Amino acid sequence: MTTDGGKSQSVVEAKGLGLTFKTADGDVVALSDVNLGINRGEFVSFIGPSGCGKTTFLRVIADLEQPTSGTITVNGTSPTDARLNRSYGYVFQAPALFPWRTIENNVALPLEIMGYGDADRKARIKKAVELVNLEGFEKKFPWQLSGGMQQRASIARALAFDADLLLMDEPFGALDEIVRDHLNSELLKLWATTQKTIAFVTHSIPEAVYLSTKIVVMSPRPGRVTDVIDSTLPHGERPLEIRETPEFLQLAARVRDGLRAGHSYEE
Amino acid sequence: MRGLMGGKTVPVLIVLLAIVLFWYVMAIVMNAPWQDTLNGRANLTNVPFTEFALQTFTQDKPVLPAPHQVVGAIWTGLFGSAITAPRSLAFHAGITLGATLLGFGMGTLLGVVLAVMIVHNNASDRSLMPWIIASQTVPILAIAPMVVVGLGAVGVTGLIPKALISMYLSFFPVVVGMVKGLRTPEQIQLDLMRTYNASPLQVFLKLRWPASVPILFASMKVGIAISLIGAVVGELSNNAGGGLGVRLLTGSYNGQTIQIWAALFIAAALAAILVILVGWGEKLANRRMGVRA
Repeated sequence: MTTDGGKSQSVVEAKGLGLTFKTADGDVVALSDVNLGINRGEFVSFIGPSGCGKTTFLRVIADLEQPTSGTITVNGTSPTDARLNRSYGYVFQAPALFPWRTIENNVALPLEIMGYGDADRKARIKKAVELVNLEGFEKKFPWQLSGGMQQRASIARALAFDADLLLMDEPFGALDEIVRDHLNSELLKLWATTQKTIAFVTHSIPEAVYLSTKIVVMSPRPGRVTDVIDSTLPHGERPLEIRETPEFLQLAARVRDGLRAGHSYEE
Repeated sequence: MRGLMGGKTVPVLIVLLAIVLFWYVMAIVMNAPWQDTLNGRANLTNVPFTEFALQTFTQDKPVLPAPHQVVGAIWTGLFGSAITAPRSLAFHAGITLGATLLGFGMGTLLGVVLAVMIVHNNASDRSLMPWIIASQTVPILAIAPMVVVGLGAVGVTGLIPKALISMYLSFFPVVVGMVKGLRTPEQIQLDLMRTYNASPLQVFLKLRWPASVPILFASMKVGIAISLIGAVVGELSNNAGGGLGVRLLTGSYNGQTIQIWAALFIAAALAAILVILVGWGEKLANRRMGVRA
């Protein structure tokens, strides 16, 4: 809806990006000299141990944090303008559903705020709820749903206003492995049907390798990118069994090496 | 039977029975000296205990009226005369109720407005709260006559001065509760609203306000009960306008202890009913907002 009309393939472009938090105990470097591009239609995972700045980077894209050095553009504009243009949907670690709203009203929240008309709103809710397979649960309140379903509802909410960019901050981190596998394959299908650009933060190697077209390995203190891996797995259809193929295991090994390298550097 | 034993009914009844028994015993003890004097004047000697006890339960102006005397006074007060008659307790209860509700409404509104200012404006946050707390450390018994007499001097009498005293008391729990309530939304929910580029008004209406509804009702339950106290205290300062407070006042002037106790119980019952009504409002809101039953 609010893209730059295909002017460039680059959705996010960071150059020499740094962010230092000033705390009572002194400065904490969350990001240092991050150079990274995310192209339209890519599924990019950010992986690294806690404190590596992966969530911070996502929050900088979303204009929830301000970088202290370097430049970043989102859709060719500043993150602030991108946010004001409502050009991304953000999925948080927790579902952050409003407990007093039913599922459909939670999905309607951004639509209400952005001033969509009644009929348009209904159609968009229906579409978003279908995309995350929550049909039949529209009238339920969040507490009546399982954790996985709540997180799906929060994804529907992020999809409802059709932003081209989806920012996901460990959306499945709190879920058990079985539910997570299921949601991973659903997310891939969703990505294929909606053709969105997805930036996905995780600390699970299999999740990162399974989902991504590009894996960004990060290391802590100071948060920096140690490796950018282009996935050799097929784009689009990826059955869960792909995780047993040598190709998959090779990628996973490279991610693990990257993580280990980042750590030995530190300790 | 099991339901009866498991519920609250039996324990509550047992406590009630104990209170009533204690009350009757105390009525005998406290009314005995005056009854002795009366019997002495009437040259009655060696009155048997049971007869003496009955005598202490039937005095005109007992130190402590017996429960059945109070119940009788409440009954005749409520149903013994037309509701518009100044003798009717219902009439006076109505006057007090009017001031209570008006003051409660104004107090709740004031409390919410102050809380909104405190939450949204840094300067108010730092400057208002100490004054709000200080306002409640001043004894209301000292302020009430000043308000009633002061406003009376400029021609404002009747409902308004009493309602103002109710407001003065009832805004406090609302403002304290709502400051907390409006701050209940988590950072993640505020971040979410920020990603939507929501205006401050939208954040208030769609997030802060609904999140604070449970605390609003809890505060209103406290607020409505002390609103009634405020109205009664206001009435104590001016016996012209009527109301339960005036009944308390005239009762104490004339030593009409039974009247005092009757008015007291009516006031307590009124407060209980009002708190229950707010509780119903809370249940209704809870159901609409999907709170787990």
